[in-house]
Amino acid sequence: MQNMFDMLDGKQPAKILTVVELTQLIAGLFSAEPLLRDLTIEGEVSNFKRYASGHAYFTLKDSKSQLKCVMWKTSIARNTYLPVDGDRVRAHGYVDVYVDNGAYQLYADAIQPAGLGTLYQQFERMKMALQAEGLFDSAHKRPIPAFPRVIGVVTSPSAAAFQDIQNVLRRRYPLARVLLKATLVQGEQAPTQIAAAIRALSDHGEADVILLARGGGSIEDLWAFNDERVARAVYASAIPVVTGVGHETDFTIVDFVSDQRAPTPSAGAELITPDMADLRRILGDLRAHLDSAMIGTIDERRGALAAGRRALRHLSPRVAVAHSRQRLDGQRMRLSAATERTIERARERLIAKSRALDTANPTHILARGYAIVSRAGDNKRLSDANDAAPGTTIAVQLAHGILKATVKDRTLDT
Amino acid sequence: MTLDPFSPDMTFEEAYKELESIVLRLEAGSLTLDESLGLYERGQALSKWCETQLDSAELRVSQLADDGSESELS
Repeated sequence: MQNMFDMLDGKQPAKILTVVELTQLIAGLFSAEPLLRDLTIEGEVSNFKRYASGHAYFTLKDSKSQLKCVMWKTSIARNTYLPVDGDRVRAHGYVDVYVDNGAYQLYADAIQPAGLGTLYQQFERMKMALQAEGLFDSAHKRPIPAFPRVIGVVTSPSAAAFQDIQNVLRRRYPLARVLLKATLVQGEQAPTQIAAAIRALSDHGEADVILLARGGGSIEDLWAFNDERVARAVYASAIPVVTGVGHETDFTIVDFVSDQRAPTPSAGAELITPDMADLRRILGDLRAHLDSAMIGTIDERRGALAAGRRALRHLSPRVAVAHSRQRLDGQRMRLSAATERTIERARERLIAKSRALDTANPTHILARGYAIVSRAGDNKRLSDANDAAPGTTIAVQLAHGILKATVKDRTLDT
Repeated sequence: MTLDPFSPDMTFEEAYKELESIVLRLEAGSLTLDESLGLYERGQALSKWCETQLDSAELRVSQLADDGSESELS
């Protein structure tokens, strides 16, 4: 093969560009094209990856070509839908050249499933209308019974979801009975059938809870569960309704209306039943508590009995007599002590009185040199000199003996 | 003390709840010995009944027809 520069035959090429100069030139051409600034691309998503930074990188492809795409974190946050590989989507944004690797790519700012644009709008409109009407109110949500006897199931009996439900119920709580109301779960007939099935179970009245279920599928497959008629039937049901529609990430209108939403049909079956393994464990615990409470009661009685026996011993007649005797002694002792105190007090009073009496005895006074003077004629005791004129004979009684005397003179009190 | 016969349509939930309340009453005390023994025996019988229910349970599946009748599904 001939060298290109040889062919130029010594002539210099018109201009030599560096790589970056070329890339920037091309980038300039991209910028100048208005269509590339604002466009929507439809294609199938592959290699969708979200990095730790929050930005997403993916490829849009069709049968003939591929387009690298990037979506910044801020755009992802505004977008309610995140695609997975294989989804047909419409991505909106602008196309530009990334100078570092010289590749052009779509900078997407919005992405939604292809062909469902109008369905999505319907979904959002319906959701807002029913929400405004109060169909999603938490006040309307009813508790799910803990031990359902009859479980109404609304689903397609031929689908795997129904088998999954039965397997879960068999494992967790085979005490329940399943009452199936078979319906289509997709297609035009599905919404009326599902709504009628919920009404039928509600009117029939035997079920304690209704499980409305459908396995995973595309958004179109699940569309019956966004139907207003289904939503209203769920809301009107006299029996609590649990939904298990699609996969973890699928949310349908009935999920908002139902009393509780489970991410899958199997999860729905789990949500409405207790687990037999737990029940066996709890039964074992209850039995143990029953035994220990009974043993405790018996022990308590035994203790009370022993205490009673001790008390009884104290109450026997012999003990009572001994106690009485002792009490009697005590009282007797108290009694004699009191008597003695009384006698003692009397004695003391007596002594004091006789002492006072002694002091008043006239003979004691005479012994100290005093005398009793009386008139001889009438024996009147004299205490006033007026009563004895001079010449009156008086008798002066001393402690020992009596003097006879005549009053010579007297001095009267002035 | 004779046991109340289990009502033929007693549900698992009823038996289970009664067992729970019996345990609570026994544990709370303040019962006569006769009452305690009666409750204990009833509790034992209930727990056995519950176990038997779990052991023998087999999921039954029936279908509700449009006319309101039920038929077993195999």
